[in-house]
Order: sequence, then C-alpha cells, then structure tokens
Amino acid sequence: MSVALARRPGLARVKSARAPLYRICLGLAALVVLAALLAPWLAPDDPNAVDLGNALAGPSADHLLGVDAAGRDTLARLLIGARTSLLGPLGVVVFSTVAGVAVGLLAGWRGGWIDSVLSRSTELVFAFPGMLLAILIVAVHGEGLMAPVVALAIAYLPYVSRLTRSLVLAERMRPYVSAYQVQGHSALQICLRHVLPNIAPIVLAQSTVNFGYALMDLAGLSFLGLGVPALTPDWGRMVFDGQTAIQHGYPLSAILPCVLIVLTVVAFNVVGERWADQVARRTT
Amino acid sequence: MSEAAPRTAVPDTAALEVTGLCRTFGAVRAVDEVSFTLPAGGSLGIVGESGSGKTTTARIVVGLERADAGRVLVKGRARAGGARGRAERLARAREVQMVFQDPYLSLDPRTSVEAALRETLRLHFPGADHQARIKELLDQVGLGTRAAEALPRQLSGGQRQRVAIARALAVQPAVLVLDEAVAALDVSVQAQVLNLLADIRERTGIGYLFITHDLGVVRCVTDEVVVMRHGRIVEAGPTATVLDDPQHAYTRLLLESVPRPGWDPDRIAAARRAL
Amino acid sequence: MNALDVRELRLRLPGTARPVLDGVDLTVAPGETVALVGESGSGKSLTSRAALGLLPPGAVPTGEVLVDGRDVLTMDAARLRELRTGRAAMVFQDPRAAVNPLRRIGDFLTESVRLTGTMSAADADRRAVELLDAVGLGPELMRRYPGQLSGGMLQRVMIAAALMGDPVLLLADEPTTALDVTSQAEVIALLDRLRERFGTGLLFVTHDLGLAAAISDRVYVMYAGRIVESGPAEALFEGPRHPYTAALLSSTPRLDGPTGRLAAIDGQPPDLRQELTGCAFAARCRYATDLCREEAPALRPAPGRPGQPAACHHPLEGSPADV
Repeated sequence: MSVALARRPGLARVKSARAPLYRICLGLAALVVLAALLAPWLAPDDPNAVDLGNALAGPSADHLLGVDAAGRDTLARLLIGARTSLLGPLGVVVFSTVAGVAVGLLAGWRGGWIDSVLSRSTELVFAFPGMLLAILIVAVHGEGLMAPVVALAIAYLPYVSRLTRSLVLAERMRPYVSAYQVQGHSALQICLRHVLPNIAPIVLAQSTVNFGYALMDLAGLSFLGLGVPALTPDWGRMVFDGQTAIQHGYPLSAILPCVLIVLTVVAFNVVGERWADQVARRTT
Repeated sequence: MSEAAPRTAVPDTAALEVTGLCRTFGAVRAVDEVSFTLPAGGSLGIVGESGSGKTTTARIVVGLERADAGRVLVKGRARAGGARGRAERLARAREVQMVFQDPYLSLDPRTSVEAALRETLRLHFPGADHQARIKELLDQVGLGTRAAEALPRQLSGGQRQRVAIARALAVQPAVLVLDEAVAALDVSVQAQVLNLLADIRERTGIGYLFITHDLGVVRCVTDEVVVMRHGRIVEAGPTATVLDDPQHAYTRLLLESVPRPGWDPDRIAAARRAL
Repeated sequence: MNALDVRELRLRLPGTARPVLDGVDLTVAPGETVALVGESGSGKSLTSRAALGLLPPGAVPTGEVLVDGRDVLTMDAARLRELRTGRAAMVFQDPRAAVNPLRRIGDFLTESVRLTGTMSAADADRRAVELLDAVGLGPELMRRYPGQLSGGMLQRVMIAAALMGDPVLLLADEPTTALDVTSQAEVIALLDRLRERFGTGLLFVTHDLGLAAAISDRVYVMYAGRIVESGPAEALFEGPRHPYTAALLSSTPRLDGPTGRLAAIDGQPPDLRQELTGCAFAARCRYATDLCREEAPALRPAPGRPGQPAACHHPLEGSPADV
C-alpha cells in the first residue's frame, strides 16, 4: 500500500531524496523569473539603442555579452526579452488551464452527451497542429503577442481537459464524493470545494510542463517572424535576428538566446515532472 | 438489540418502506422485486454475497442510484426520481444518511474532521451554534476534541469510521444506511463501533439499514433480517428466527459457511455446488 | 526437518522506536496447518513475508528464518529467487491485485518455472494443466484471461500457481478475505486437500480467530510484534490463557455467542513510534498490574497444559466463561 509510484524508474535515482538535478532546475527557473521581473533595473543599457558603428563587437567592459548586428547590447536584450518570452507562455498556460479544467470537469462530472460533444471537439483540436493554427491566426490577425498566445492556448486546451476529465472520473468514483451527495451538497459545491482541490496539484504540475513547451513554440513563432513585432526584444526574435550574424562569423548574439530557451524549457519540465511525481507519491 | 426494538414499532409509522424495487444493468437484474419495511427505531439487516444486489438496494434507498420500478417511502413520504431544487435535496438528506464501507476513502483527504462536520452543519442548519454541536457529535461517537483538527490520514480506520458516523448523524436523519460499515475494521475496533452504534440507536431512536455479509454482525445488531441472492429476497423475518431456524437452503448454506471449530469445508463446498 | 522454523526473529524499521517483530518463534512441520492470528499492525504479515525473504525497505532483521533447513535471511538474490520459485510459495489476499490482467492464465502459471529454466515449456504446460485439475478447474482455462474468471476461481488459480514449484511451505496471507463466505469454504477445503496430497506445510495468516480454529492444527496469536500465545486450535479457542486471546474471542460477533453488546477491548494497539516497557497489552488489559507494565513476560507453558504457552504474568486458567 505504501509503495511509491515511480513513474520513470530509470531516472528515479537522479530525482530522489536530495535530487541535485531538481534543485538546479528549480534555482534556474527562479533565476529566470526573477531576472524578468527585475529586468528594467538590471538592464545595463537601452535594449533598443542602435549603435551601428559598434556592430558585432565582442564582449567588452561596456557590453558584457557583446552587441548584435545592429549594435544593440545583447545582455540588455536578453534581460528585457525574458519578459516577453515568459509572459507569452504564461498567458498560454493560464488560459489553457482555466478553460481546460472547466471543460474537463464538466465532461468528467456530467458524462453522457456533454462528455461526448466535449471530448469529440477537443479531439478535433488535437488533430490540428498547434503551430499551424497559430500561423493561421497570426496571418489573419496580424502581428502582436495576443494572436499566437490565443492560438497556442486553444491548441494546449485539449491536453489539460483530457487530463482533468480522467482525474475527475477517478475522483468521483471515490466514496467521499457519494458521501457529500448523500449529505445534500450540490454538484457544483462538491466539484469546487472537494474535487477540484484534490486534483489541482496534478493539473498544475502538468501546466508547468506545458509552460516549457509553450515557451518553445512561441520562440519558434518569433523566429519565423510571426508573433512579436520586429523591434520588441524577445529570445526567439533574437535568434532570428542573429542568424545573419552567424554567417559573418559572429555566433554569440544568436547562441545566447538559444541556450537560454533550452535551459528554461528543461528547467520548467524537470520541476513540473518532479511535482507530478511528488503528488503521485503522496496519493498512493 | 432486542431490548430497544419494540419502542415505536407501529407499522403505519415505518421509518422506511420499500416496495417492489427493481433495477437492471444491461441484461443483469441486479435488484428484482425487493420489498421490506424498517420500523421507526428498528434495525434491519440485508445479508448477501457479492452480486446479491444488497449494495444496489442501499444505493437506491439513499438516492445514489435510481430504480427502474418500485417505491421508497421514508416516514410515509415518497422519494422518487431525482431531487429538484435545493430545499428538496436537503430535505432528502435529512431523511436518510449513509456510512460507507471503506473508512480510508469516504472522507475528503484534504478536509479536517471539524471542517467536514461544520460544512454539513452549515448547509443544513445555517445560523446555529456549530461549535457546541460539533463537540456534542464528536462526544457522541467517542472522539475527543483533539481529533477535531486532524486530517483523515492522521486517524486510524476505526476513528475515521466514527467521523463518518458523526457526519451522518449531524443532519439528524430518520434512517442510517450502513453499507458494510464495519467490514474493513479490525475485530477489536469492529466491536467498539458496533457497541457505539447500538448506544446511538438506544439514545436517538434512529433506524438502521445494515448491509453486510457477516452473519455474526447481523445477529449482534439487527432485529430483523432479509437474505438476498441474485437480486431477490430468498428469506426474511426476525433475526433470531431466521438464524436459528433457516427455511431456505441458501440461508442454511450461509450459516454453515461461517467458520468455527469442527467445521467441514468439503461439505459446504458440495452444498454450494448443489444449490 | 520443519518446513518453516522461525527463531528469535527481530525486525527493526527505520524511524520506529521499537522493533516491528520482537523475538518471534514459530514452526510449521511438513503437512501441518498452522494459523498466525493477529490484527492489523501485529506483524503477522511481516512474519510470513519474511519466510520468502520479502522484507520492507530499510528493515534490519536478526534471528533465523529457516525454510526446509536453510536460512532465508543470509541468502543472496539468486538463492532467494530459487527459494521463491521452488521450496516456498505464497497465496495473496486479493487475487486480482496479484495477477497481470493482460496475460493469459497459462502464461501466468508457467512463467516462473520457464524463466528459471527448471522445466521445459511443454513440461510446464503439462504440470499447469495437472494442477488446474487438482484445484478443480478445467484445462480450457489456460487460454483465458484473469478478467474472465470470478474471484473464487482466480484464487484457485493462484493456489495452483503457488504449487507449480512443488513447495515444502505454502504461505497463505488472508487468502479468503476478498472472497464471499460461501466460496471461502471452497478455497479452504482445497488448501486442506492439497496440503494432505503434497505434504506441504501451510502457514495461514488471518485476523479471524474462528477461521483459524476451524482449519488449523496449531494457532499462534500475535500482538504488537510478539507471539502472545500459541497452542492447539481447539484448546486455544475453548480456553484461552492470554487475556488478549480471550478479549479477541469475546469481541468477535459469533453465531453461537451471547447476543447484545460485545465485550469490546478499549483503546488502540500501541503505536510503533512509542517504546514499550513491559507487556504490550498492559494498557488495554483489565488484569494488568505494575509488574505487567514494568517487565515483559516470556512465553511460558502452564503446569497442566504444556502445549499452550502464553506470554502473560497473570494467565487465565479457567474456561472463557469467566473472562
């Protein structure tokens, strides 16, 4: 009864007990979030200050991480860019979690035809690639952060709603839910006060993992030139701007945002997985 | 307990009257023409094995399952179909309450004992002084105030089942349905809870519908018993009569199956195959 | 040689104040049925699992657990595997939880002997069909899935699986608790028949004193990690010497006992986080004296009843009527 559910036995040792990987990742994620919050005070320079005379200069005392092809300070752009790069995925996760939980709860609790309709329609979204949907919406709506965020939120919604639905189905089979029904509590009260808090940790852990994926997808859209306007500092956009510099033998301004994107995504995924594992262990 | 039974055993004020209950799942007749009466303050046992329909019957009585046909009357009032509206839902909850088999799953793991009781009291008696009532309820089921702040996982199985009983009693129901409520408990704890249930019935005049597979428990806590098999009632009557002089072959098999010294499992196995 | 010989078994778990098993002595002779009775937390399941070398993580055992004369506690992994597929086998409480629902019954039965290479596939199949017949099931079951069988049938399959390696010791941990009362008899009858036919020693772990008395030759009663009383089933049932055995008997709702209130035992078994001085049952015992609270009693036989030792400073000598 007390045997913990180890979801990935191969990685169990890396993530067990003192788990250095988890700690490093948690620290990294916290650092990135903190940097984004404090960016305006931390940034050493105006990220949009163009200095063409100094273009593609390497690291120096003035510009710790060098400058890009337009002579803009890379460190300042990375710091300010962290804000857009994190705000986008946050929007995606918040919207997809709230809407996905609502849909999943309704489908799992009511069952019957509502479940069929909701499940079929989320499967329809599944069948449609999220990136394609985003490109379509951006093409219609024009530039800006809003369009890709909404598109990705819709694309991510089925993952959350499917998870929520299965959790609700399992939770409502527990006798404590029947006990509340017998006591005369309404379905809405039972859902909001008891079912939702009990499934919340697992859903939130999944949302943390989704955050990483959304960050990557949005960076990809920025790289394609869709999404954020040209001058806004953004990691994906920076990779796009820096690719010409690579051809000139100056990879720094493109590689740094790449590294940050990868590290942040990995950090959020490891933290999310760890939380999910901890929840699974507590409930078995 | 036979001393407590006759206090208000007038047939027309039956606490619970079930007539002609039917329920089919697919091709299976889970409950087939089941009728019984529980007098006010009485205790009725429903005995059967898995698949006998005893649990489905209980779930229909409390309203967790609907019946295809038949009536359930509590104190002469019908409980039919789904409850409409808040008032009716609450009124129904005050008629019949239930204690479930598994004490480890029948409480919300995130809600403390006190919060669980308070939630129920607030729903049914808004505005009253809940603190005093919570203490009284905990007292009634033999739990100290120290248990009030505990979460379910900090309690033993017996303590959890006491909390479940307290929560059911909080709304002052006319009938308490106990679905294998002591089956998951250790022998010594089971005895404590059975004694507690007997005390509560003596004091409050509540009626028990006791769903169980254990004939020893039936003999200990019920006045009357109904034996079910394959969804049908095969025998019914006063507990002492049914257990001492069983008329139906299946009741005899159940009785012989209870292990005791000098018990012959081979003969029982043969009798089971013959039935 | 005994099928099982447990000598002075002590088991300590991390984070506990007292050993979960505290000097357990127990024997099962070949062809004998022995019942181990106790409530949850008494250590009865731990004792039976120790016979297969299945110890909880972090457990530190001392003492000896001899199966067929060989000490399980000193065995390496390869020896343990050999033991579990051969000389000792276990039947679990919930047959549905102990079987992979996606494998056919035939695969399940023959898996262990095929993997260890003790039998060829054809021999294993032949033996499995033979054992299915011995537990009263037909050969057509080999191709069925667990989901197609009732609980009682599945438990008989589990018993057949346990007998595949021709064990000298069969451990049955509450094998009938998940079953209906009437199929319980069938499974017990079967276990009894097989024990006689194959000469297997049977250790039957249960919380039901009535069941223990009904099926076993000898009974051990456990409380808080210690054996508090042992003896022939009948004698123990008719005249328990330890107050705990007596209390357990009188708190069981029986068909032949008095009606009305049960003589319940107040309080709870002692917590593992709490150290024990003296008798573990002293706090709940109505005969307890200062001596009981200070000094743990040893298992001692009574003058007139040499086969029924009890670990009590004030053992009951009369019939259960005056308990």
